[in-house]
Amino acid sequence: MLTAFAILTDGLVYAAYLFLIAIGLTLIFGVMRILNVTHGSFYAFGAYGSAIAVGIYFDRGFPAAGGFLLMVLVAMVIGLVLGLILERGLLRLFYGKDEVIVVLVTYAAFLILEDVIKLIWGPNSYALYQPLALAGTIDVGSLVLSGYDIGLIVFASLLAIGASFALKRTRWGHLLTVVIFDREIAAALGINVTAVYTITFVIGAMLGALGGAVMAPKIAVTLGIGVEVIVLAFAVVAIGGMGSIGGALLGALIVGECRAAAVHLVPQIELFVIYAVMALVLIFRPQGLFTRIAPRKI
Amino acid sequence: MSAILNVRELEKTFGSLIAAHNINIAVPPLQTVGIIGANGAGKTTFVNMITGHLRPTKGSIWFEGRDITGRPSREITRLGIARSFQVPQIFASLTVLENICTATAIARTTSGLIHQALTPLHSSAILADSDSALELFRIAGYRHALAATLPQGARKLLDIAMAIAGAPRVVLLDEPTSGISIEEKFDLMAVVIAALKRRGITVLFVEHDMDIVERYADRVLAFYDGTVIADGPPVETLENPRIQELISGPKLKLAVPNGRHA
Amino acid sequence: MTMVSRPVLFGALALIIVAVVALALPSWLVSLTTLAFANALVVLGLIILWRAGLVPFGQALFYAIGAYAVALIDRYGGMHDVFVLITAAAVLSAFAAFLTGFLLARYREIFFAMLSLAMSMILYGALVKTETLGSTDGFHVEAPTYLGYAPQGAMHLLVLFWLVLAFSAASALLVFLYFRSVAGALAVPVRDSEIRLEFLGVSVNGLIHLNLVISGTLAGIGGAFAALSIEHVDPNMAYWTTSGGFVFVTILAGAGSVAAAFVGSFVFEFLKSIAYDILPGTWQIFLGAVLLVTILFLPEGLGSLFGRLRQRLNLKPANVSS
Repeated sequence: MLTAFAILTDGLVYAAYLFLIAIGLTLIFGVMRILNVTHGSFYAFGAYGSAIAVGIYFDRGFPAAGGFLLMVLVAMVIGLVLGLILERGLLRLFYGKDEVIVVLVTYAAFLILEDVIKLIWGPNSYALYQPLALAGTIDVGSLVLSGYDIGLIVFASLLAIGASFALKRTRWGHLLTVVIFDREIAAALGINVTAVYTITFVIGAMLGALGGAVMAPKIAVTLGIGVEVIVLAFAVVAIGGMGSIGGALLGALIVGECRAAAVHLVPQIELFVIYAVMALVLIFRPQGLFTRIAPRKI
Repeated sequence: MSAILNVRELEKTFGSLIAAHNINIAVPPLQTVGIIGANGAGKTTFVNMITGHLRPTKGSIWFEGRDITGRPSREITRLGIARSFQVPQIFASLTVLENICTATAIARTTSGLIHQALTPLHSSAILADSDSALELFRIAGYRHALAATLPQGARKLLDIAMAIAGAPRVVLLDEPTSGISIEEKFDLMAVVIAALKRRGITVLFVEHDMDIVERYADRVLAFYDGTVIADGPPVETLENPRIQELISGPKLKLAVPNGRHA
Repeated sequence: MTMVSRPVLFGALALIIVAVVALALPSWLVSLTTLAFANALVVLGLIILWRAGLVPFGQALFYAIGAYAVALIDRYGGMHDVFVLITAAAVLSAFAAFLTGFLLARYREIFFAMLSLAMSMILYGALVKTETLGSTDGFHVEAPTYLGYAPQGAMHLLVLFWLVLAFSAASALLVFLYFRSVAGALAVPVRDSEIRLEFLGVSVNGLIHLNLVISGTLAGIGGAFAALSIEHVDPNMAYWTTSGGFVFVTILAGAGSVAAAFVGSFVFEFLKSIAYDILPGTWQIFLGAVLLVTILFLPEGLGSLFGRLRQRLNLKPANVSS
């Protein structure tokens, strides 16, 4: 019983993490059809930025609430700058080329940015401990839950709701949805697809950086944190359906709970299970759980 | 004479939608059959069932005395029924010669993939057959042109030339003159029919241009609402007021013979 | 036969030259070239698939299977003969490719790439969590024997190199012939119109399955030689970044010719090595930049330079696609 509850909560925490790292990726893929490997870099930059800026903030003894706000702010600035540079400076040159080529371009950008991180912040590890400490713990029976983890779950949920709302109820969201469904028709309708692309990419970058920023207190911020995130985010996005926010949420929940179950019950398959779920979904529903557009399987 | 292609009680439903029903046709060898009908009347469903792209819900299809109902396209092609496509399915990245060589090579390596892996592509036999195919369809002049650069007429001809590389006995042409200008339609169709007759192939072609149908078909099948509502010689069928009302429209008496389209 | 014999002749010549020159080269270079050629086998397999429009993001699956097969048989199977090891690696990876191919052959484009990635990550996950396989550290691979002969000292680097060279030559020749066969020539048609192929009587999924088995086997042999070359195996050989590296080299090399796989792989390893030395903190920036420049200015890869050179020297008939 206790194990079941532990699995449930651990799963939710992990799901929150997965959702946060996947949402930016699925947005960019949905609108621009780009599997953005640089997503890992956004995450890493967000984590570094958060660890350092927020670390300094708390060191100076400023009020706690502002610290969390600063995290979000840092992520948005990083996302804006990186996203703009990458999209306008690099990706734009490769639009129209083969999908795989564009993925490789983002892979090249990722490689470059990995070293840029090294150049800026060196090989050291950064720790941001204040947010965890400040958030405290909550006791549920004999389980001790981290307040920060609960906060993450709430944050992820709010983000999911917010993104969903933005897509379905706002004019901008409608524009994005049209472009997701059919780029050519969108352009024929007079939508400035180029502007949509840039803005989408920047938002995706911000979301990626946000993922890193809020995860920074939970991890050792050091070289290479982006590498694992990429393939995990891919898995979640593939499961949920590329371009679907709801799908990313469902995918995150499924993977999160499966992994939590594995960790508690059969630890040897912990890593295995995530990709096994991905493979299973791809086998039975290659377009993902939510996407309506079926792939051309011939 | 026994029919080369025999269709009995053929029916295809998609859930509650009846795309085709009650189709009974016997096609004698070497006949040229024109299939007319408005879009959605069931012509494409009919063609797809014969060529194995769709499995009939009811009924049977017999080819040279063999039941081919529901068999996959690959098998049906190997048995001797080929088709061309409304949007010509050619290999755009290759030259015209390479296109036809590929089709010829495939036709000659019937024992499957391993056979194909062991057979070199460039052999004089394949080249000779390919050249004569290009000559037959009057596109030899495009030999070394990239297929992507071909005008629509040449694409159609290449598509059909490839389709018959395997010496089929029946070929289904899906709107062979669609997308071709009025001036060139007749010339194109003349080349196609002459080539196919030369090779002794029974032809079924879907067409919207009634003048083409009238000129080249020995027999006309008129589809409406999923079934065949008329089956007879062209002049008679096209003069039929019911056909004119439902499909072709009246024959206009103008100074210049022009197209009637469904 | 002229279309076939000229490139083959040049290839054979180049091979003999390389084999002989190796005697005079420093051992680090011989080692590097051995690894480069081992990896080139994986790239060769990728070229076969890329010609048909498919780019798997998980070739590291077979690479790792080949590598671990060698390592495990060497350590636990009590057999150290290189031919036994390589054959085992080839058979195992071929079998894995055959099994996974049933699934993979039904997908295209990004779904194909991702399913392939998922499969390789499943293996990675399994390897990392398995204590007996050394988990993340992997384990050491002893130098093999060659039909009883156990080379001493520097000779063992050379002998392995010559063996890899021989295998590379054989694979290159076989793939070269395959490209000239009907089945090999169907790759571009698969990209252009699968429908036309199906209606000509070809099973496109079957053809892709065949190509998957060939490239999986090549990747497995490559992994086996890599394990012998660096004398170590670890789960990273199955990680997505390893697969990414192979795709990187494939783009660098281009899909145009067999030789490109080997030249491209060598150039890549060489550049990587130089970058480590000269730009230790920024070698990834260097590689990333090289990839970008290649995609922008040489989209057909290094192999296309070959093509242009051959045309310039009038060796390649104008209208034959290689």
